[in-house]
Amino acid sequence: MELELRGITKRFPGVLANDDITLTVRSGTVLALIGENGAGKSTLMNILSGRYQADSGQILIDGEIRSFDGPGDSIAAGIGMVYQHFMLVPVFTVAENVVLGVEPTKPLGVLDKRVAREQVMDISERYGLVVDPDALIETLPVGIQQRVEILKVLRRGAKILVFDEPTAVLTPQEVTEFFGIVAELKARGSTIIFITHKLKEALAIADDITVLRGGKVVGTADPKVASVEELAAMMVGRDIATKVVKETVGGGEKVLVVENLTLTDDFERPLLKSVSFEVRAGEIVGIAGVQGNGQTELVEAITGVLPVSSGGVYINGENVTNDSPREHHSIGMAHVPEDRTHVGMVGSFSVRENLILDSYYSPPFSRRGRLNGASISDFATELVERFDVRPPLIDNLASALSGGNAQKMIVAREFSRDVPVVICAQPTRGIDVGSIEYIHEQIVRKRNDGKAILIVSTELDEIFSLADRILVMYNGAIIAERVTTETTPIEIGLLMAGRAAEAGAR
Amino acid sequence: MTPPSPVDEQVVDPHVSPSSRERSRFPRGLHSVVARLRLGMNRRSSLVVPPLALLSALIVGAVIVMLAGVGLGETLSAYRAMLDGSVGSVRAISETLTAATPLILAGLSVALAFRAGLFNIGGEGQMLIGGMFGVLIGFSLTGLPIFIHLPLAILAGCIGGALWGLIPGLLKARTGAHEVIVTIMLNFIALRLVDYGLKTSLFQREGRSDPISKNIEATAELPQLLGWLDSSLRVHLGLVVGLVAAGLIHWLLFRSTMGFEFRAVGANSTAARYAGMSISRAYILVMMLSGALAGLAGTGQVLGVLDRASPGFSAGIGFDGIAVALLGKSNPWGVVAAALLFGGLRAGGQEMQVSTGVGIDLIAVIQALIIIFVAAPAVIRALYRLKTTAEATRISRGWNS
Amino acid sequence: MSEESASIRKKRPANRERHSPVMKKSQIRQARISGSIIFGLMAVTLLFFIPAVADTGKATFRLSTPDDRVQLDPLRIPVTGSLWLLAAVLAFLGSLQLFRKSQSRRTVILGLSFSIFVLVIMLWATADREFSLVSMLDATVTNTTPIALGALSGILCERAGIVNIGIEGMLLSSAFSGVVLGSLYGGWIGLLGAVATGGLVALLLAVLAVHFHVDQIIIGVVINILALGLTSFLTAQVLVQRPQLNDAPIFRSQKIPLLGDIPILGPMFFDQTVIVYGTFVLVAVVTFFLFRTRWGLRTRAVGENPAVADTLGVSVVKVRYLAVLYGGMVGGFGGAWFTIGTVGRFDEGMTGGRGFIGLAAMIFGAWNPVGAFLAALVFGFFDSLRQKFGLLDTPIPTEFLAMAPYLVTIIVVAGLIGRVRPPAADGQPYQKEQ
Repeated sequence: MELELRGITKRFPGVLANDDITLTVRSGTVLALIGENGAGKSTLMNILSGRYQADSGQILIDGEIRSFDGPGDSIAAGIGMVYQHFMLVPVFTVAENVVLGVEPTKPLGVLDKRVAREQVMDISERYGLVVDPDALIETLPVGIQQRVEILKVLRRGAKILVFDEPTAVLTPQEVTEFFGIVAELKARGSTIIFITHKLKEALAIADDITVLRGGKVVGTADPKVASVEELAAMMVGRDIATKVVKETVGGGEKVLVVENLTLTDDFERPLLKSVSFEVRAGEIVGIAGVQGNGQTELVEAITGVLPVSSGGVYINGENVTNDSPREHHSIGMAHVPEDRTHVGMVGSFSVRENLILDSYYSPPFSRRGRLNGASISDFATELVERFDVRPPLIDNLASALSGGNAQKMIVAREFSRDVPVVICAQPTRGIDVGSIEYIHEQIVRKRNDGKAILIVSTELDEIFSLADRILVMYNGAIIAERVTTETTPIEIGLLMAGRAAEAGAR
Repeated sequence: MTPPSPVDEQVVDPHVSPSSRERSRFPRGLHSVVARLRLGMNRRSSLVVPPLALLSALIVGAVIVMLAGVGLGETLSAYRAMLDGSVGSVRAISETLTAATPLILAGLSVALAFRAGLFNIGGEGQMLIGGMFGVLIGFSLTGLPIFIHLPLAILAGCIGGALWGLIPGLLKARTGAHEVIVTIMLNFIALRLVDYGLKTSLFQREGRSDPISKNIEATAELPQLLGWLDSSLRVHLGLVVGLVAAGLIHWLLFRSTMGFEFRAVGANSTAARYAGMSISRAYILVMMLSGALAGLAGTGQVLGVLDRASPGFSAGIGFDGIAVALLGKSNPWGVVAAALLFGGLRAGGQEMQVSTGVGIDLIAVIQALIIIFVAAPAVIRALYRLKTTAEATRISRGWNS
Repeated sequence: MSEESASIRKKRPANRERHSPVMKKSQIRQARISGSIIFGLMAVTLLFFIPAVADTGKATFRLSTPDDRVQLDPLRIPVTGSLWLLAAVLAFLGSLQLFRKSQSRRTVILGLSFSIFVLVIMLWATADREFSLVSMLDATVTNTTPIALGALSGILCERAGIVNIGIEGMLLSSAFSGVVLGSLYGGWIGLLGAVATGGLVALLLAVLAVHFHVDQIIIGVVINILALGLTSFLTAQVLVQRPQLNDAPIFRSQKIPLLGDIPILGPMFFDQTVIVYGTFVLVAVVTFFLFRTRWGLRTRAVGENPAVADTLGVSVVKVRYLAVLYGGMVGGFGGAWFTIGTVGRFDEGMTGGRGFIGLAAMIFGAWNPVGAFLAALVFGFFDSLRQKFGLLDTPIPTEFLAMAPYLVTIIVVAGLIGRVRPPAADGQPYQKEQ
C-alpha cells in the first residue's frame, strides 16, 4: 500500500510540532524518516497512529483520503506501529499481547486461547519470527519482545509498518536480525516507515530518506548516493564538528580504581562480573556498550547507589565501596546520572534549588541546619551564568528547561565542585547539538584540569570523540580495553556485540 | 502556516523541542518578564480556586438541604445561623477558634507528610494514641506545678503520636509498604486499643463500667485564653501551640536543611537518593513528625476541651486534617487559614443545628465537596469559566520526540 | 535460533530486576520471620494456654442446631492433651521454616500455623464449656458477605487501574438508599436501588479520576467523608421524622433443598439470603470475566499499562468507566446487606469499617476474586469468633480479635511474609500525551 501525507500540521500550545509535512512512501519500500530529537518525528507518528489528530492536512492511503479519529481507525486502515518503548503488558503472555484488541472469542465474549495461540504460531511461522506464544513477556529479552510487537501489528493485518527508533535497545546482533526481518517484510509487500536518528542504519536499509527538522521536511535523499555527513548536515541544519580538540595530558596517578566489582540481581544472577579498571588523573575513560549490558548498574555501584556483592571502589586510595552516595560525594566524586529528568533533577524545584541538590547540607549553603538563602542565590546566579543555562532565571522551575539546558544545569552542579573523579552517564542523550558541543567542551576541560573522568555512552561517536581509552562492556563484564587512537569504531562495534574473536581477527 | 511566536515557544511550553528553542536567540530580558508574568498568573488563578470551592460547596450543600425537605427560607436562615455561630459573637469566635485548634495541628500533620510525598491518612490513630499518652500523664502525675506538668503531658502526647507515626514510616522505609494502607489499618487498631485501654484499671475511672478515663489534673489543663472575660469561652492555649507549630513547620520546610531534604524526597525521591539524601531517614522522620503533630492535636483535645479520654475522641478530626491540608495547599499558613474556615463551619454547624434544626452532618458534606473542588480545580474552572494557563503546561508532557 | 529460544525464559531485561532489591536475602528474612512467628505462637501456647487449662476436662463443640434435619453428636475434645499435640505440630512447622528455609509452601505453612493457633484459642476458651461451632461458622459466612463484596468492588476498580479506597462510602450510601427504597417499595426495589446507588457513587469516582485526573486516594477519602456526612445528615433530617422510611422488609434465609441439610456445610453455604448467594455467584462471575473473557483481558491490560490498550484501539476511558461502574454496583449490592440483608433499618455509620476490611481482603487476596473471598472468610471468621467470645466471656479482650484483620493486612503489605503485586498502573491517571 502506498501512503501519502499532505500538508500535515499539528500545533501544541506554543509549539508547532509538525509544519506542513508532505511526504510519500511508495508501496513495498522502506522510507527512513530521520531527524533530531524534537524534530517532530514522534508527533507525526502519533498522527499516523490516530492518537493525535492533525490540525490540518490529509493522510492518503492508496490515493484515498482517510481520517483517523482514534487508533482503531488507523489500525483498520492497515497501519501498524512498533513503538520505541514497547507497548506490551509484561504480565501477559505473548499470545495475549498479540491478540489484545482483536481477540478471537467464543460466545459470551470468552477468549479462545487455542485460536489465539494458533494465530501467533501461524504468523510467526509465515514471517520466520520465532517466539513461544505462552511465554510471559516479562521473561523475554528485548529482541524477542520486539518480535512480539511486530507480530502484533502483523496480526492486525498491517500493510504499512511504522518503526520508531527500533534499534535503540537492540544489540548489534539483534540489529542485524532486525534488518533481516525488515527485508523479509518488504519482500512480502509491506510498506515500511523507519524512524531513526541513526544515519548509518537509515542508509543501510532505506529506499528513500526524508529529513525532518523543527517540524518541517527539510529535504529528501537517495540512500544510494547520500553520505552520512550530508544527512547529518541536513538534519541539524549546519555542519557539525564531530571532533573535540583535546590536548594531550600525560598519564597521571590512578585516581579511581575499581576492583573485581561483582553484583547480582534478586535471583542471584550476575549483573556485574568482576569488573576491574582504573581511571588516571587527566584521562577520560569511555565505557562503550549496547544499552542494558550492565553499564547502568556499574555506574550505580561505583557511585554508591547500588550495594555491591563483592569487590571494591577506591578514590585516591581510599576505600569507598558500598559507602552511601553522600560519602562518595564528599570524598570527591561528581556524578551526572543517565536519566536526566527522573534522576538528575527535581522538576518541581527551582533551578536554584536544583543547583544545590547534593551540596545543600554543607557550608556555606547550610549552617546549623539552616539554609543560607543569600549564598545559595549568589552561587546559583554565578553557575547559571558560567554554564550558559538558558533562560538564566534561578527561580524558574527546572521542569521548564529544555533538555539541553536541564543537562547543562546538572553538569553545572556536578562540575562546579573541584573533585578528583567525575562520572558522566549518557551525558548528551537526547539533547540538541549545541548543548552537546558545550557539554563535551566542559568534559574535556575537566580532563585538562587533571581530573579522572569516566564516561558511559551508548553512542560510539561520543566515546570516540571524548575518550582516551575505551572499555567495552558486554553482558556485565568488561571484555576489552583499547586505546582510542589504536582502534576503530568497527572493532569496538563488534566487541559491543560480544564478538571478541572476530574483532581480534581484524 | 506562520512559525510560532518565539515568546510563546520559549515560555509557555516547558517541553519544547530543545533544538528549535536554542536556535531562536531572543534577549534574555524578555524571557524573564514573560516567565514572571506567567508564574504570577498561575499563582493568582490558584488563589481564586479555594474561595470559589467554598462558595460552590455551600451552594451544593444548600441544594442538598432543600432536597431533604427544608424550604428555601429555612435553608437561608440555617446558613445565617452558621455564620452567626462562627463569627457572630465573641463566644462564636471562641468556638470557631476552639474547633480550629486541633484542625490546625491535624492539617499540619497531613501537609508535612504531603510535602515529603507521603499520604498520612493515619491522623485519627495518631491523635488517639497521642491523646491517650497525654491523658495518662495528665491524670497520673499529681502535685506538679502547671509549668512542668502541662509541658510533660503535651510532650507525652507528641511522643505517642510520633510512635504511632513511626510504624508506617518504618514500614515504608524498610519494606515499601504503602503508607496509605498501613495508616488506615493503624487507625482501626488505635481505635480498638483505646476501647481496650479505657477498660483497663490504668485508665478507667473508678466506679465506672463504661470505657471512660480518669479526669486530668488541673495542672495538666491547657489554660483558657479568654477565661478572664468569661469562664465559658473555651478557646485555650492549644491555639497558640498550633500557631507556633505552623510557624515552626513553615521554617522547617522552607528555611531548613532538613526541610529541603523532605521536599526533595517528596518531589522526586530517586533524584534525592542520587543526590545523597537518605530516603528512609526522611520517611521515618517525616512520619514521626507528622504523627507527633497529630498526637499534639489529640492531646490538645483531651487537655484543652475534654479533660478526659473516651472511645473515639478524635471524632474525625484526623480525617478533616486531610481536607484542611488540601485546602491549604500544604502550606503551613494556608493550613491555618483552612483550619479557621473549617473550625468556623464546625462551630457554625453547632449553632445551625441548635437554632434551626438542620443537622450538623451537613458540615461534613460541605467539607467533602470543598475537597473535591479544590482537588479538581478543573471542575471549578469549568463552572466559573476561568481562563488559566495552568493546564496548558501539562498537556504537552512527554511530547518531545 | 533454537539456542536462542532455549535462553528465552532464563533472561530478563536487566532494568526490570532492579526494582526489588535483593529478593534472595528478603526471602531468607521472610522465612526467618515466618519461623519466628510460628515459634512465637507455640511459645504462647506452651506458656499461657496450657497452664490456663491445667485442671479442665473437655471442650464441647456443637455441630448441629436443634432444628437441623441431620443431627450430629457434639464433639467432645480433651483440652490439655490436644493443646500439647497442637504445640508439637507448631514446633514442627516452625522448624520447617527456620531450618529448611523452605520457600515453596511458606504461605501454606503459615496459614496452617495460624489456623492451629486459632484452634488453640478456641479449645482454651471452650474448656469445660459448650460452644456452637455450627452457628459460628454460619455467622462467619454471613459476616464474610459484605467484606467479600467490598473486596470484589475494589478488585473490579483496581484491575482497571483505579484505586478505590472509597468502598466504605459505597457500602454506606447504598445501605441507606437500600433501606429507604426498600421501605417504600419492598426488598427487591431496595436491592436495585442499592446497586444503582453504588454505581452512582462509582460514577463520581470515575469522573474525577478518569476525566479530572484527581488523585484517586483523595477521591476515595472524599467519598467516605461524603457518604458518611450525607447519610448521617439525611438520617437525622428525614428518617428520624419519618421512621416509616427506615423500616424495610428484609431478605430471609432460603434453604436450598437437600444441600441445605448437609451437616455443618448446609447451614453455612446453602441456608442463606439472596445476598449471600449472590456473593458466591459474583465471586465466580467476576473471576470468570476477569480471566477468561475479552472484557477481562482488556480491563487487566488497562490496569497494567493503559498506553498499550490505547495504542491498540481499546478505549482506556470506556474500560475504566465500565470497570469502576461495575465495581460500584457490586459495592452497592454489598451495601444492601447491611440494611435489607440483615436488620432492615439504617443507623449512622453502620458499616463500621467493613469497607476497609474489604480493602484489606482485596490486598490479602492479591487482587484475585477467589483469593479475596478466602481472605474475607478469614476476616469474617474472626468477626464471628469475636462475637462468640463476647458471649463466652473469656479473658481475651474482643478488641484484639477485632484488630486481627488490620494487623494481617499490615503484615501482608509490608511483605514480611511474602509480596503481593498490585496492577502496575493502579492509581495512575492516564493521559494520552505520554
